[in-house]
Amino acid sequence: MQRTLSKKTVRIIPGFSITLGFTLTYISIIVLIPLFCLFIYSTELSLANWIKLITGKQFLIALSLSLTTALTSALLNAFIGLLFAWVIVRYRFLGRKIIDTCIDMPFALPTAVAGIALTAIYAKNGPIGQLFSIKIAYTPIGITLALLFVTLPFVVRTLQPVIEDLPHELEEAAKILGATPRQTFIYVILPAILPAWLTGFTLAFARGIGEYGSVVFIAGNIPFKTEILPLLIVSKLDQYAYEAASAIGICMLIIAFILLFIMNLIQRRLNRAIVKVR
Amino acid sequence: MAQILIKKWPRRLISLSGSWLDKALLLKIGIIFSAIIYINNAWSIELLNVSYDPTRELYKSYNQAFIKHWQNQTGEALTIKNSHGGSGKQARSVIDGLQADVVTLALAGDIDALNRYQPLIDQNWQSKLPNNSTPYTSTIVFLVRKGNPKQIKDWDDLVKPGIEVITPNPKTSGGARWNFLAAFAYAKSHYVSDEKALQFVTEIYRHAPILDTGARGATISFVQRELGDVLLAWENEAYLALNEQGGDELTIITPSVSILAQPPVAIVDKVVDAKGTRKQAQAYLDYLYSDEAQQIIAKNYYRPTNPVILAQYAEQFPKLRLVTIDEYFGGWQDVQKKYFDDGAIFDAIFEQINE
Repeated sequence: MQRTLSKKTVRIIPGFSITLGFTLTYISIIVLIPLFCLFIYSTELSLANWIKLITGKQFLIALSLSLTTALTSALLNAFIGLLFAWVIVRYRFLGRKIIDTCIDMPFALPTAVAGIALTAIYAKNGPIGQLFSIKIAYTPIGITLALLFVTLPFVVRTLQPVIEDLPHELEEAAKILGATPRQTFIYVILPAILPAWLTGFTLAFARGIGEYGSVVFIAGNIPFKTEILPLLIVSKLDQYAYEAASAIGICMLIIAFILLFIMNLIQRRLNRAIVKVR
Repeated sequence: MAQILIKKWPRRLISLSGSWLDKALLLKIGIIFSAIIYINNAWSIELLNVSYDPTRELYKSYNQAFIKHWQNQTGEALTIKNSHGGSGKQARSVIDGLQADVVTLALAGDIDALNRYQPLIDQNWQSKLPNNSTPYTSTIVFLVRKGNPKQIKDWDDLVKPGIEVITPNPKTSGGARWNFLAAFAYAKSHYVSDEKALQFVTEIYRHAPILDTGARGATISFVQRELGDVLLAWENEAYLALNEQGGDELTIITPSVSILAQPPVAIVDKVVDAKGTRKQAQAYLDYLYSDEAQQIIAKNYYRPTNPVILAQYAEQFPKLRLVTIDEYFGGWQDVQKKYFDDGAIFDAIFEQINE
């Protein structure tokens, strides 16, 4: 009697079958069916053409450019984002709320606007661009910069709640037990924030690979040099090569899937390790 | 195969719903809907013109003129909507189901592409209106900075040391394909041999620091970002840029040889037959050749095909040798295959440049 009662009380939202049904239908329409169609489109490309496409010089260079710029920006943002989140959560200062709001701006701003603005500022004759002796816009550095802008919110927003939940007592206890600040960070704070940190990093990285709108303006789009993978898709579409475009899309999807999968594995390991330590 | 699947789904959904929804109810809904559609149609007839980017201003004034003309002639009130974007992207929207009554795109190849999956348009569309269905033409000219500081007068000057040329990527921009062909046309008329002409075009792309994805993007890079010494541009875009800049920052240079750009127009047969708008759509395109429309065309810096009206604007449109696609290149389908497809000449050029 008590068992059935407790079973019932577990479900806070009523109607398991309805909610699950809705979830499945929704995910099918929004995610699975479009992806499935992408696969069907790409099967129209013969195997020989597939191989030719993904071993082509243009594809490989675009792929490595997309991966390296996305990785660089995600890594940089991991540290900058940690700093931002720490400052916003731990300190009270004038304008904190404004900075907090600003972080979400890259989400709201159309990426093309961001791209045009960044290009204007970092071009050779732009207000910041002319301060540097090296070229920033129209180089991989410019691409990384655009990605830094677009993916900033991911790390900050995933870390913020975790840092907020981190009890001060932990740090105090560490201090009382004689830990140096460095030790406190590495052995007390880092394990607690690491899973969220990795999530933010992964999201930023995945977004960076797929970002198109802001990057095309600052990239310069020179074939074999500053041509990113999504641009290759657009150029295939403009040649009405739907199959080739979806084939590249599939490649990006597979790469993203593998990356997310690895990240999830690492995270699970970490979580287990943390639980063990505790 | 994907198309077949997608098409079958809605039909299956309807038959499923029929089993648990009252069929009579469905019928009523159907009658109400068709009544609404009928009333709407009787109210005013709507045409959709799917066009490319730089015709925005042209069709804004032309639509007004045509609506007035049609009202006077038939008493029928028309609504005309326009859609603008990159030419290839616009063609893809129509292929994917955008209900365009007429298409007015940058090149014949984009209209040919409409039949890619299903016949939307009569195969012989280009012979249905005068001048290969092109009521206006344009060409590729140079836009340089005030006073022409680098003394750029013709194509040869573009490959001089230190000159930077701004042109978009032919793979993603219709306008850029015209730029490429204009350069090629000059080189071929000058050097005769194909090999030397190709070398010349390669040299021009060696002088291109960036390749924007579209013509507007390239114009922004040149005008606002002050990148490069010369912009290869549509004649009408060059004039628009000049107007926006007040005319004292930039100068238009007309080279000795360029390409005759023929942006064609066509009726989308499948759509007008389904909507019952063939009569209006036909009149809409026919009227582009009228004197009034040709004047509007010239005022928007496109070259009118009516020689009398072209002569009236002689100052605006300097004479130069204009090469047609058919003359040197043998039609759009060949051009696309030979120059711009994957692994074709344009790719080879950049492979060479990066070696």
